[in-house]
Amino acid sequence: MSDKPKAIKGAANASDEFDYSAGLAVIPADKIEDPGLEPHHVRMTDKSKKHEKAAARQVALLFFVSIFGSASALVIYFLFPLSTTEFGPVRENTFWLGLAIALGTLALGIGAVHWAKTLMPAAEQAEARHQTRGSEETRARAVEIIKLADQESGFSRRKLIRRSLYTALAFFPLPGILVFGDLGPNPGRTLRHTKWAKGVRLVHDPYGAPILASDVTEGSVFHVVPANINPDDEDYLEQKSKAAVLLVGVNPEDLTIAPDKKGWDYNGIVAYSKICTHVGCPVALFEQDTHHLLCPCHQSTFDLNNGCAVIFGPASRPLPQLPITVDKDGYLIAQSDFLEPVGPSFWDRSIN
Amino acid sequence: MSLFRRNVNGARRHPMAAVAVIALGLIVSGGGYAAASAAVHPASSATAADTQLVAEGKKLFLGNCASCHGKNAAGEVDANGKQVFPTLIGVGAAAVDFQVGTGRMPAQASGPQMMKKTVQFTDHQIAALAAYVQSLDPTGPTVPDAKWLDGKGDTSRGGELFRVNCAMCHNAAGAGGALTEGKFAPNLSGVKARHIYEAMITGPQNMPVFSDKNLSPSDKRDIISYLKYLEKNPSSGGYELANLGPVVEGLFAWIIALGLLVLITMWLAAKSN
Amino acid sequence: MATTVNTRKKGGVLAGTANYLDERVGVAGILKEFGRKIFPDHWSFMLGEVALYSFLILLLSGTFLTFFFQPAMTDVIYNGVYGPLKGAHMSIAYASTLDISFEVRGGLLFRQVHHWAALLFVAAAGLHMLRVFFTGAFRKPREINWVVGFALFVLGMAAGFTGYSLPDDLLSGNGLRIIDGMIKGVPVIGVWISSLLFGGQFPGHNIVARLYSLHIMIVPALILVFLAIHLFMVVIHKHTHYSGPGRRDDNVVGYPLMPVYVAKAGGFFFIVFGVIMLIAATFTINPVWNYGGYDPSPVSAGTQPDWYIGWLDGALRLAPTHLETMDAWGHTWSWNILLPLIVGVLFLVVVAAYPFVEAWITGDKREHHVLDRPRNTPTRTAVGAAGVTFYAVLWAGAATDLIATNFHMSLNQVLTSAQISLFVLPVLAFFVTKRLCLSLQRKDREIVLHGRESGRIVRLPHGEYVEIHEPVDAYTQYKLVDYKDYKPTLARPNAEGKITAAARVRASLSKFYFEDRIAPVTQGELDAAHHDHHEAVEAAPAAEVKAVTAKKAPAAKKPATKAAPAAKKPAAAKPAAKKAPKKD
Repeated sequence: MSDKPKAIKGAANASDEFDYSAGLAVIPADKIEDPGLEPHHVRMTDKSKKHEKAAARQVALLFFVSIFGSASALVIYFLFPLSTTEFGPVRENTFWLGLAIALGTLALGIGAVHWAKTLMPAAEQAEARHQTRGSEETRARAVEIIKLADQESGFSRRKLIRRSLYTALAFFPLPGILVFGDLGPNPGRTLRHTKWAKGVRLVHDPYGAPILASDVTEGSVFHVVPANINPDDEDYLEQKSKAAVLLVGVNPEDLTIAPDKKGWDYNGIVAYSKICTHVGCPVALFEQDTHHLLCPCHQSTFDLNNGCAVIFGPASRPLPQLPITVDKDGYLIAQSDFLEPVGPSFWDRSIN
Repeated sequence: MSLFRRNVNGARRHPMAAVAVIALGLIVSGGGYAAASAAVHPASSATAADTQLVAEGKKLFLGNCASCHGKNAAGEVDANGKQVFPTLIGVGAAAVDFQVGTGRMPAQASGPQMMKKTVQFTDHQIAALAAYVQSLDPTGPTVPDAKWLDGKGDTSRGGELFRVNCAMCHNAAGAGGALTEGKFAPNLSGVKARHIYEAMITGPQNMPVFSDKNLSPSDKRDIISYLKYLEKNPSSGGYELANLGPVVEGLFAWIIALGLLVLITMWLAAKSN
Repeated sequence: MATTVNTRKKGGVLAGTANYLDERVGVAGILKEFGRKIFPDHWSFMLGEVALYSFLILLLSGTFLTFFFQPAMTDVIYNGVYGPLKGAHMSIAYASTLDISFEVRGGLLFRQVHHWAALLFVAAAGLHMLRVFFTGAFRKPREINWVVGFALFVLGMAAGFTGYSLPDDLLSGNGLRIIDGMIKGVPVIGVWISSLLFGGQFPGHNIVARLYSLHIMIVPALILVFLAIHLFMVVIHKHTHYSGPGRRDDNVVGYPLMPVYVAKAGGFFFIVFGVIMLIAATFTINPVWNYGGYDPSPVSAGTQPDWYIGWLDGALRLAPTHLETMDAWGHTWSWNILLPLIVGVLFLVVVAAYPFVEAWITGDKREHHVLDRPRNTPTRTAVGAAGVTFYAVLWAGAATDLIATNFHMSLNQVLTSAQISLFVLPVLAFFVTKRLCLSLQRKDREIVLHGRESGRIVRLPHGEYVEIHEPVDAYTQYKLVDYKDYKPTLARPNAEGKITAAARVRASLSKFYFEDRIAPVTQGELDAAHHDHHEAVEAAPAAEVKAVTAKKAPAAKKPATKAAPAAKKPAAAKPAAKKAPKKD
């Protein structure tokens, strides 16, 4: 019963319409009758000449306001010049110019809509709608055309042509894909190395002053880059985005040091990669009391006292530690490069 | 946040500002503190030798602070040897001036972190307390010299240092940000230059310490100058939406912009009288 | 110009132009066909227009910006008018963004117009999609147009993201860094894709120019193509209309394109433009000068994407700790990245595929042009509410830090609650919404059967107090009863007499969808209610169908008013013989 099709009858050409299956729809036998369109809504502007005239005046007034707005924007453009030495005037320029243009467009738009609402016909009209499907005749003709095209070209008949065409079409885009090969080089081992190396000094980001171990007091944080990169280098940002390090001074007694990382700190001064092992944001929010490092992007939290192990958030691996020591002048230097790739995980990061 | 100050500035005020405030009442969370003037503290030159001041400070200390920090200011250690209340020996006058001068101390209740409150003491009393704590260990950081607080440093350098050292917690525009477990880095707008400086040298609560070897006094002056510059120069683009970034902008686009347009569509489709 | 073609036969420049154009491009035919096309009028039908107009404004303001923006990443020392950045290292892209903001009159205004319009474009498209979903406007014959609209929404996100990254400031740079980190986490090819995209190591010197090509050519071109298809299909199908008297599946009721709709829609374009302009003039968006040029070491608290990418960023944040695994060959599987990506893609696939799933369940092959009121399809509405909730939790997930600081909560607790909410709230939203819909349907039934509560209490002669119910007029009544009603099916054997797994799934889905249903009031029920007056009315369970159809009292009840000659009544559901579908 529920699968019974329901006919949708068009008023004009009922016979043309196709009967589709109604599926699980329930077709009520005694549906309440459609009373048809409600009577037209009569507006004041339909009834009274006075209101009609008033509405017309309002529309015109709005258009005049729009003219005023747009014209004043032209004046404002010259009235609020920018300065070549300071940015202060930008605020006024932006504000007044925007306001004038907004007045021009808003009044224009509101005027047009007001016109449509008050003075154009308010009676809703009905228009017939036909099924999207073509009539039987149309569909038959379409099929006929396709068959004809097939016949005349021999598309189905000539297997060799057809198959070689498919193959040709499959091959044709390949060079187009290949030319994109030079978008970027083979990544090679670039992700595994940074500019840190034995004896490279830890220097202040961004101004490059070396750091005395004695200056790193308990509870202080230094943002550090290797001494061998320079803002004028071609690959400065690429190197910095791997080599950025956070240097923290803590009470040596608070540190829990894994056996394989003994001697990587210097009297409670530890250096960790600043690049999050989740997706690479700089992890730089250090809480002096809790010794937690927080990433501001996705809230991964690392315990600095405990080898920067992950204690919260989506990261999975501890931040890599940079082994450090001091040179003969007492400046902090790296013992070596990081011993593992820094930053986000990648497919073969653990395979050498 | 800085709207109140802007109104004082009259010339830069947008007529729309008042409307904007109402619209953003939900987003903007408090902040009338900008009204405070940036007058330099008269007792900043730490005259620790002034024994009378020290004596006065000691009296205030015993009456208001000793219940937690101990009669001799050594703090309190629990049975496990864990410091429950910090020692004040060696924290210096700067720490006292910051904590008491911003109303964080005396603390009202324990929480994730001490909150800014109404200041409980007069400037003179704060100076006395600071002098007393400084006298316990004269090596502690002192209240900064006014020459670092004038806001006339290199704003460009200050901006760069601020972004590297401070923005990750306090946000690039100093609007503040979240830390773990309910702690947060406060909004820096409207904070006195002296207090910013003192926070850097003392590292209150979870903030790290930025000693003079890390950021020189001149660096600190630049950072303060940058922050004061941001305060003095309202955004060129109009009202700032609390400088909280894309989330607030998104909410604004949905609620205010799209909300307004939906109201307009309703007017547009409504039958006219 | 061409409107005069029919009215002015001779003379005048307009008539001349019209004639000229008609003889060359046939404008008369076009006007004859489309000039009086009927468009239904309802505020919710304008939401797509908000998106469309925002896009036009994006094209206009974007073109202006391209004249000044330079998508190069070469390092320069800034020497413009913004004091706190003087002497700073930055890319040309960032420097030119600052120059647009501070040294071009109206530059900042149009940058802000562009950015606000972008946020509004995606938001309006999203709201439009929700309207289409909740009113069932995606049903046959509009399933493909739903997919086209969906593609537009995704393209809108792509356009937004590529634009967000262009200024090369600290905020957008960190956004790119996150994208790079996600790409690197993709198994096997991640590192290669990252290298191809960035032209080597992150950040390299190419990404801004590449995103710029996508942002100003490929993505907008695709959007234009899909927009054209989208609108073309609207013309083919004609717009849907809400249920109501005289509104049927075989007609369309509304106002003619010319002049009413041209004035309304044309005017609305200027209104949308004006509103965006007003906001751009008064509210700062993305103050790039605060962030400084991109540098991989600093980061700002509150580093977030624009709102439309927020839900994906939220998904990243909500992934639990320690998801990463290593396989036997030592390969790293970054599930903390893959899981959010999979969830995001699945969500989008479900959204795109929904019309086909629902069509399969109902098996209803008819064309649907009368919209559903959301309450009349309780399960669909509830599914939609659950989806919206799911999306909203992910979106809120991207703002955990701001929620924590602004409402003085613990960041960790906010994040953990969001993780739990992601599973609990959508289920809750489903049940609440479904019950709400069913209650509203019951209320509609009550109104049809007994009229509206007038609030007037009357004492009857024998002492009883009753409230007077005022019957609603025939038009309102019809609006409340004209909806399509479905009922569940059993798993039926196919031609070979086997019950397939698909049939079983369909049967249980149909049960899930239509088990709780409230049928529209029939004429019989209405007559019965009027006949039995009070007693029966009070007793009749205003509920799960069948119960009420029992007795039929033929009491003639005619609609009070009779009008509208425009529409003929349809022959009330004449069961026709089942025709075999024609094959071609």
